[in-house]
Amino acid sequence: MKEKIIAILNDLRPEFSFTEDVDFIEEGMLDSFDIVSLVDELEETFGIKIEGIDVIPNNFSTVDNIIALLKKSGVES
Amino acid sequence: MNLKFRNKKITGILTILPQKVRTFEDDMGNYNFPEKKSLRLKKVMGYNTHRIAEPGQCSSDFCIYGLQYLFDHHLLDKDSIDAMILVTQSPDYYMPATSNLIQGHFNMKQDMICLDINQGCAGFEIGLIQAFMLLDQEAINKVVLLNADVLSPKVSIHDRNSYPLAGDAASITIVEKCEDNNDIYTAVKMDGTGAKALIIPAGGFRMPSTPETAIEHEDEAGNLRSLNHLTMQGDDVFNFVQREVPPMMHDLLERAKMTTEEIDWYMFHQPNKFMLHKLADAIGVPYEKMPSNIVENFGNASGVTVPTCISYNLGEKLEKESYKMCLAGFGVGLTWSAIIMEIGNLKFNKIIEF
Repeated sequence: MKEKIIAILNDLRPEFSFTEDVDFIEEGMLDSFDIVSLVDELEETFGIKIEGIDVIPNNFSTVDNIIALLKKSGVES
Repeated sequence: MNLKFRNKKITGILTILPQKVRTFEDDMGNYNFPEKKSLRLKKVMGYNTHRIAEPGQCSSDFCIYGLQYLFDHHLLDKDSIDAMILVTQSPDYYMPATSNLIQGHFNMKQDMICLDINQGCAGFEIGLIQAFMLLDQEAINKVVLLNADVLSPKVSIHDRNSYPLAGDAASITIVEKCEDNNDIYTAVKMDGTGAKALIIPAGGFRMPSTPETAIEHEDEAGNLRSLNHLTMQGDDVFNFVQREVPPMMHDLLERAKMTTEEIDWYMFHQPNKFMLHKLADAIGVPYEKMPSNIVENFGNASGVTVPTCISYNLGEKLEKESYKMCLAGFGVGLTWSAIIMEIGNLKFNKIIEF
């Protein structure tokens, strides 16, 4: 799951290097429109629906937070 | 705030759109972003074409054109209008009220009420609620609700957050007394602590427009806009809508003693397809019952998106049939509002171009 997420992030913003130990929001690597695109890609890749109420920056700030959100949205680890 | 009405109905809806069509691709070169990123956003948000007024065309021009159309086609009798409400954020002048100007243009009777209301995304629902309240008066039998916004000149063409969804339009909705006992359930909420999430900072009395306010600056995301332009905290607005609208809808349905399935159509304000689909999921409504094709085809003209949605998706069908509808708007203010009512057998329901 981790590798897939990092691949999606790198495709979304190829000018950055997404790693596990970075806060993507604090570092300015993802803006709100990137998050919308990311939600779309994650939903398509993992075949799930992310609830609108969960589309908040903190849920996309690190790889671990994205994994937690995907699990909450029904992706099995 | 919950309000309930009866013995009122909508008898006609006319939407007036500018002729000029701009495509997302027309605008894309103005944005400070790679093409791939912009196209990805186009797909997710549902941006495609939008309608933009010609320079010099104001909100009142669209309303006057539409009213003249209705008078010429004998769909509305000028002397029967007891009140005219204009909901707009783009008045012709600070003073007088634009609704008075429209009344004067047609030399309408003096024995009537003209009201301008400054609301945007929830402007159709706010205008309808005001019309229903006016119709509670014995002297008022017919209200003309005008929703009009020509805000595209206030949106930076270099702002990818806002310009792709900018749209200009007007609508005319006739609201009358009737014998039907169908209850109309409405809900309206406001939160002024979030008022600056959607704002045009300069140009009013607080910050008059100056050469300095016209200078464009780049924001953190790479958009260019000045203080004279509309600015939107997109994520704040999105989160507010997802947090506040579903519980309001569930409460309204409960008051109306209806299930989500019993509503035929959910005609909602349309900032973008992504937000609307997330709302539909949260409320438990299939996408087919909540059309999301207005921002894609015409742009987001504030309070006009809901009547446009009704005219575009149901058209003449609504002149012969009747449906249980849920209308909802949410945005600038912050204001959010919803209405459950029967709409149908209209005298007219169409779109014209100006």
